[in-house]
Amino acid sequence: MDGIHDLGGMQGFGAVDHSPAEPPFPGRWEATARALMGVVAGAVDASGGEFRHSIERMDPGHYLTSSYYEHWLTGAATLAVEHGLVTHAELEARAGGRFPLSGPVLAPRVDDAGPDVGEPRFGPGDRVRVHDWHPAGHTRCPRYVRGKTGTVVRLDGNYSVPDVEAHGTVRRHEPTYSVRFAAADLWRDGQHGVSVHVDLWDSYLEPA
Amino acid sequence: MNEKGHHPAPLSPVEQRVAALEALLTERGLVPEGFIEEITRRYESEIGPLNGAKVVARAWADPEYRERLLTDGTAAIAELGFGGAEGDHMVVVENTPAVHNVIVCTLCSCYPWPVLGLPPSWYKDPPYRARMVREPRALLAEMGCPLPGDVEIRVWDSSAEVRYLVLPQRPPGTGGLSEGELAGLVTRDSMIGVARL
Repeated sequence: MDGIHDLGGMQGFGAVDHSPAEPPFPGRWEATARALMGVVAGAVDASGGEFRHSIERMDPGHYLTSSYYEHWLTGAATLAVEHGLVTHAELEARAGGRFPLSGPVLAPRVDDAGPDVGEPRFGPGDRVRVHDWHPAGHTRCPRYVRGKTGTVVRLDGNYSVPDVEAHGTVRRHEPTYSVRFAAADLWRDGQHGVSVHVDLWDSYLEPA
Repeated sequence: MNEKGHHPAPLSPVEQRVAALEALLTERGLVPEGFIEEITRRYESEIGPLNGAKVVARAWADPEYRERLLTDGTAAIAELGFGGAEGDHMVVVENTPAVHNVIVCTLCSCYPWPVLGLPPSWYKDPPYRARMVREPRALLAEMGCPLPGDVEIRVWDSSAEVRYLVLPQRPPGTGGLSEGELAGLVTRDSMIGVARL
C-alpha cells in the first residue's frame, strides 16, 4: 500500500534529531511494547510481512506523531484484535480511553502463491526496471524506485516474498538482488557521485 | 518525580494502553513469566555497537579477516561469535578515500542488531529515512560528516533480507595500537556511515 511508512524521498521533515548514544529503551513501557509484539506475533504465527503491515496500516497522522514503540504497540494490538486474542472494546475498557488501531487490510487474502522462482533472471551488471505498480497490500518495493531503471550489483539468494506472506499462510520464494540507482535518475536534480541501492525481489523487476 | 511516600506518577495514555494489552494477554496465559525482563536484558546487555567495533578492529588488524569479512560478512562476523536475528545475512561495505557508504531503512527500521544493537531513535524517525536517499551529501554534512565533493556516496536501503555494516577507514596514526585499543576508536555512527573516524 502507498502508506505513510514509505518515506524515502519525502520532503519537509527538517533536521535529524541526532544523538551520539542512547539506551536501547527510553523507559519500561517501550521495552514492554517490544516484548508484547513478540508475544502476539508468536501467538498468531505472524510472518515478518504481516508484522510490518500491521504498522504500515496505521493512520498517517498517528504514525507521524507517535514514537517507534507506539508503532509496535499499535501493530501488536491490531494483530491481537484481528486474530481474536482480544477485542477492541476490551482494550479501550482496560486503557480507560481510546486505543487507536491500524486500518483494515486493503488487499485480498492470498491463497495461491504461484510457483517459486528458483534461478535468478538477472546477474550483476544487468539493467533492470522496477515495475511501476501500486499494490494494495504489503510490499517491500519502495515507491521512490518504481518505474526507475538501475543496475544489479549483487545477488543475495532466495527469500519468501513479503507481498505474499503478509496476506496468508502460503509462501513464494524468489531471488533477491541489490540494485544500484544513480541518485540523479531518481530525483532528476543533477546530483552526481551519489548512488542509492535498494534490495528487491525478482517479481518487482523487469529487464530494461 | 516520585519521592518516597508519594503516589507514583499517573500513567500517560500510551502507558495505559501498553498496560491494557499486557494485562489482557497475561490473563490469557500468553505472556511467559519474566518474558519482558528477559527481552530487556538481552537487548541491553548482549548486543550493541561494541560487537561491531570488535569486527571492525579485527578487519583493520588482520588483512585476511578483512577479505573474509568483505566476501562473506555473515560468516566472518560469526567467527567472533556474533549472529542471529537481523544479522543472518550480513553485507559489509568498505569506506575508502574515494567511496563513502551509509545505511538506511526507508520502509521501517531494519538494522544489524547483533553487531550494532537496537537502532537509535533518529535512525527510525521520518527525517533520516526520508532524506538519506534523496540528499545524502547535504544530510551527512548537516549531521557533522561533510565529505569532499569528489568522494562518491553509496547509500544502502535495507529493503529486503540483507543487513549492512559499514567498515570505516582506519584513522591515521594508529599503527601501534592493539586490536582492543582500535576497537575503542570505533563509534556506532561510523558503522552506520553518518560519521568518519
